[in-house]
Amino acid sequence: MQRHLQRLLPWLLLAAAVALPWIAGALDQGYYVGFVRRLMIYALAATALNFVMGHAGLVSLGHAAFFGAGAYTVAIAMAHGVTSAWIAWPLAAGAAALLALAIGALSLRTRGVYFIMITLAFAQMVYYVAVGLKQYGGEDGISLPQRSALGFGLDAADELTLYYVVLALLAATLLLLNRMMDARFGRVLLGIRENEARMQALGYATYRYQLLAFVIAGAAAGLAGALFANHNTFVSPAALHWTQSATFVVMVLVGGIGYRYGGVLGAFALLLLEEVLAAYTDHWHLPLGLVLLAVVFLAPRGLAGTLARRPS
Amino acid sequence: MTLAVHGLTKRFGGLVATDDVHLAIETGELHAIIGPNGAGKTTLINQLSGTLRADAGRILLRGEDVTRLPTAARVHRGLVRSFQVTSLFRNLSALDNAMLAVQARDGSSFRFWRPVTAEAQLRDDALQLLARVGLEKRAAVVAGALAHGEQRELEMALALALRPTLLLLDEPMAGMGPEESARMVELIRRLRSDAQHALTIVMVEHDMDAVFSLADRISVLLAGRVLATGSVAAIRANEDVRRAYLGTELSSEPTVDFAAHLEAGGAHGAA
Amino acid sequence: MTLLVEQLLNGLQFGLMLFLIAAGLTLVFGIMDVLNLAHGSLYMIGAYIAASVAAATGSFWIAVPVAVIATGVVGLLLEVTLIRRLYGRDHLAQVLATFAVILIADDAVRMIWGPSPLMLSAPAALAGPVTLAPGLEYPSYRLLIIAVGLVLALGLYLLVAKTRTGMLVRAGSSNRAMAAAMGVRVDRLFAVIFALGAMLAAVAGALLGPLLAVEVGMGQSILILALVVIVIGGIGSIRGAFVGALVVGIVDTAGRAFLPELLQRVLANEAAAQLGPALAAIAIYLLMAAVLVFRPQGLFPARA
Repeated sequence: MQRHLQRLLPWLLLAAAVALPWIAGALDQGYYVGFVRRLMIYALAATALNFVMGHAGLVSLGHAAFFGAGAYTVAIAMAHGVTSAWIAWPLAAGAAALLALAIGALSLRTRGVYFIMITLAFAQMVYYVAVGLKQYGGEDGISLPQRSALGFGLDAADELTLYYVVLALLAATLLLLNRMMDARFGRVLLGIRENEARMQALGYATYRYQLLAFVIAGAAAGLAGALFANHNTFVSPAALHWTQSATFVVMVLVGGIGYRYGGVLGAFALLLLEEVLAAYTDHWHLPLGLVLLAVVFLAPRGLAGTLARRPS
Repeated sequence: MTLAVHGLTKRFGGLVATDDVHLAIETGELHAIIGPNGAGKTTLINQLSGTLRADAGRILLRGEDVTRLPTAARVHRGLVRSFQVTSLFRNLSALDNAMLAVQARDGSSFRFWRPVTAEAQLRDDALQLLARVGLEKRAAVVAGALAHGEQRELEMALALALRPTLLLLDEPMAGMGPEESARMVELIRRLRSDAQHALTIVMVEHDMDAVFSLADRISVLLAGRVLATGSVAAIRANEDVRRAYLGTELSSEPTVDFAAHLEAGGAHGAA
Repeated sequence: MTLLVEQLLNGLQFGLMLFLIAAGLTLVFGIMDVLNLAHGSLYMIGAYIAASVAAATGSFWIAVPVAVIATGVVGLLLEVTLIRRLYGRDHLAQVLATFAVILIADDAVRMIWGPSPLMLSAPAALAGPVTLAPGLEYPSYRLLIIAVGLVLALGLYLLVAKTRTGMLVRAGSSNRAMAAAMGVRVDRLFAVIFALGAMLAAVAGALLGPLLAVEVGMGQSILILALVVIVIGGIGSIRGAFVGALVVGIVDTAGRAFLPELLQRVLANEAAAQLGPALAAIAIYLLMAAVLVFRPQGLFPARA
């Protein structure tokens, strides 16, 4: 029974996500459409990080750099008259992927805590570059005059439309990444995470696989950033700050590192918790901290780990 | 000649772990490397496999200079090693372990869409591999849960999956009791007779029974230098070797009395 | 010329304070193998208590020792209740747990002292400048910081190099399992080390209070600099933390002071106006990245 429930769960969640706007509309709680949309955008970014942390075994404290790069690409493109989503969003993913290629190529020479630190260093550099970009708002950030143009008669300015676009992209990305994990490439990543020396002894050029995983995760994070820019119609260097990177890491850890839906669960759990706690008190950081401590000691494999029996 | 080693040298600070080592390994032979603890046997294997970079000297694999090549490149040229301390994917099943090894030599792993479970050929090859080392009934068992001897057999299977022409075995009998050791000796013997093409093996071992029953030739390593190389009989009769192991200033393997073995000629006489 | 000397002294002063913070961080990471992100929070608590006590008593000289001792106690409590349970856990679990402590500490501070920054004034006696050389005047308060920093650095060096406790620390730093096997009272040693690190961080917090803002979030800003320091210096090494801290302090301070101008002289256009400050800000990260690429274990690796 447990097994069936586990397999069904993603589909149930998908159905719930599809139905949510109708339910929210019926209950006159339109606010939640935007709220869940934000959850999904962060879930996409966290899933990308989970791919690289949990499946390739690389803990990156610089993930916000790719998220922010995607967001800024959309904003800057728009400032120069490029409004089509069909151009700007792939561009965002591509820019983030290139950045990931550059950062990954250098960082993957290191391991363990040094890898964490060097990814942090590069992300900080990107942050300060963004702060220095005075013509694009600098520290104050830049507003988008409109959301990206979707074409096909769809209008991203409509809250519902953007919601379904985000949902579709999140679902598609999850599908692609999960397929990847089951295919040869994913098995190699798993092997590298389990015993890198062994993989090298088997003849795998582990560096290449890790770099590719890093780039794929960067691209997905960049896409999330593009959606983020649309959701807020505003981008600032805060999206690139190391505390944002740390938040992504926390999401993955809370959700369950290495589990397929760890990123989604973690993003949802953390942001929902924030929302609920903030309704009761201004000082919601404190109970949030206590919950995280509980996760560390009571649910060390994260939410997904506690729900499941074995890693994917 | 499959493997030629010229003047291989490796230093760790002030310690010379490998001191101007010369080896000439003939195609198809099983060449054992013996010596007391600290002689530098594993360091030598590490340099041959590419895990360690030599400070000086050359390694020629079938005439090609592989001294500067990384491990993965050597594997693609048929130079494969097994580990003294078992190095498996402990959380994966024996079958999954084998599949990863088979996948390494079977086409590109940059495939992103087709699930590996749908690749029947991969799975069949992996099962066949497990059968070759006698583990086909244990395919579903998680590697960390296998008995020590079975883990060593799986270790061997992973090395074999890569279709080696030169196999470096680093103490395959490590930590095994007499029964398990006998199984492993049989396995190695079977591998040599089964091999479709000539399989050359370089084997580091402490178990002198196994060495005498399997080896064609032996090289004796002492403090990083090759003391002597020759047939089993020649090494047994070699004065320098006997003196080196009879000397009191050397600490030799506590459970193996080299001198006694050299005298007695081992439990199984070499062919 | 005097500007250069002044900036170098500022860099020295900042670097010495960074050393006090980094020392605790590197010891805890090197010996107990715990990545303690909450170390910045101890620095913050030290600053807040100092500001409070100074406001209540009107005396800076009372406030600093009180803050140091109080923070030491807080550190001890933290070690006994939480950090102790993180030994042996993987780094990610430690990151999550100490991140949680940051959240808790930030809110606790907000609840006790309110969300606005606190004022901490330098002692009136040191308000004026000191003449170091003809034409070179330097704030006496900053000189005090340099003096205290050097004294503590020397003291720490003597402690680690010359005393028995220090020997245990060095042994634990290079091989923890061996030290434990040799009968070192590991749990007590760890608690002492942690509390010592907390007190050093508090000194830095209290002394830097008058120069930087005493506000929530100050811990995170300094933490990231401290992490850069220990990576450059070598994890677990006090000497590395000292050299790394001075390098970071001077590069960061001098960089911010001179790079923008320098770039404008060399490039003399729009790009330089933006590039300068950005480059100055990322200078230390470039430095750390370079160290990691060429000498990943840091300048003075302590671990075997």
